[in-house]
Amino acid sequence: MSLTPNALNYSSDNDPAIKEFNTTKLLKNARKQAEERNYKDFFICDVDSHHYETEALPEILQYMDDPVMRHLGLSAGNVGRASLIPQAIGSQDMAGRVTRYAGRNKEKVPESPHRDITLTRRWMDAMGVDVACLFPTPMLLLATHPQPEVEVNMARAYNRWLCERILEEDKRICSMVYLPMNEPHEAEKMIDEFAERKGVVGFLSTGYLKRPVHDNANMRIFAKLEEHGKPLGFHAAYHWADSSLAQLNKFISVHALGFSFCNMIHMTNWVLNGMPERFPKLKTLWIESGLAWVPFLMQRLDNEYMMRTSDAPLLKKKPSDYMREMFYSSQPMELVDNREALEVTFKMMNAESQLLYSSDYPHWDMDLPSTIYDLPFLKEQAKRDILGGNALKLFNIEPTMSDWKLEARKKG
Amino acid sequence: MPEKLLCASSDISETTAKICELEGVEIGVIRHKGTVVAYRNVCPHQGGPVCEGLKMPKVCVEFDEERRPLKQSFDTDEMHFVCPWHGWEFKIETGEALGDPKIRLNRYKVIERDENIYVEV
Repeated sequence: MSLTPNALNYSSDNDPAIKEFNTTKLLKNARKQAEERNYKDFFICDVDSHHYETEALPEILQYMDDPVMRHLGLSAGNVGRASLIPQAIGSQDMAGRVTRYAGRNKEKVPESPHRDITLTRRWMDAMGVDVACLFPTPMLLLATHPQPEVEVNMARAYNRWLCERILEEDKRICSMVYLPMNEPHEAEKMIDEFAERKGVVGFLSTGYLKRPVHDNANMRIFAKLEEHGKPLGFHAAYHWADSSLAQLNKFISVHALGFSFCNMIHMTNWVLNGMPERFPKLKTLWIESGLAWVPFLMQRLDNEYMMRTSDAPLLKKKPSDYMREMFYSSQPMELVDNREALEVTFKMMNAESQLLYSSDYPHWDMDLPSTIYDLPFLKEQAKRDILGGNALKLFNIEPTMSDWKLEARKKG
Repeated sequence: MPEKLLCASSDISETTAKICELEGVEIGVIRHKGTVVAYRNVCPHQGGPVCEGLKMPKVCVEFDEERRPLKQSFDTDEMHFVCPWHGWEFKIETGEALGDPKIRLNRYKVIERDENIYVEV
């Protein structure tokens, strides 16, 4: 049998869209939006953005305590790396259509600062983002690793690398650092080690966990977060191997449902097991599930709760009342032909004080600040609060403005 | 409507859209099926540089007689601009979005004359 060459390669490395890739050029229209909308006049915080930490894995592994695991990662090239961080099945880049995936490796950066800082600053400055909360990408599925000790060691090494190489170096980048929820005693140690580090604005629980969030083993984690006054983020992820998603045959299907389903499971457990009553000072941020799931879950839980209050005896008010006191990131906002539904959603979740803008850049379904700024039913102050003011309060940070905005202000 | 010179005919090809700037507005222009089409280089979704992404053919599915999918294929008779920001696809011939033909790229009327490309603005 002779193999047919792939003559129809529509995303080759020689395509002009990929060949000389540059983030600033790709996002030139975003910069125009930022200037046209006068983003220089106010602070914008992106509470959910990403980098590809696996590109810096040899650096990260230098921070790993376990020498045998470090050797595994460093000695075996990609094979070794795959054994440390689960690989997700799915075409995030849509077979090359979203060019920044293929182009990123070709982007030229100066020797310093760190490559990830340069790349992050480039998209931030293009979009008009002043401070970005930076998260890993492949590690969002680290909690599904079958070896809990790998999750713990990778998490600790990554957090140390992130704090030392990125957060210490750039005051415009912060993070909610990785919490290995599958090993509660290690998660507690992680809080003690990182809570007061520069740029650490909270802690992150990622995707699919081996135990439910309300498991008794987690109580000391939540108590410790309360003590430190740090919020807990739940960053959704899809996991195709999850039995509830296993019948879905397309990436679009598992992505559309998986990200919302993930947080719906955690939120349902969180509320109905009375976690907001048990830890009233612990603030939670629900990340990357879009917005449409919020009114859906509020309605479903309220309706059943009023018939079955005895099933959830810790609650002192309706589930939606608790959900309205929590915080949500905005992306991916459901934006097609649904302006009326979106307005109702904003009202139901008290978006003006509870919603925080997020881009999810550089991922394929990223949202620009204009997705918030151009909403006709929001007043100027509400736009500014969602784009930055609410994050300032939740993260308890200073509004560090980007250099280009400060210079633009001087020019008037 | 006034005509404005966009570029020389020799500047454009059938493979990649040429991006021209006219009075502060970027316009992507490409030769397609024997004619020249020009669109504003702004995606109606979130504003991405839609003419600068990949050119991809329509994806089709072939079925057997019992409507079971046999295989997928590319239909190179229908080529699309793919916005590099999010992957929204638009027919190069008409500017219509694949997902909803009511959503269109902003199209310019093109005149090719004396080895030059003009657009009406």
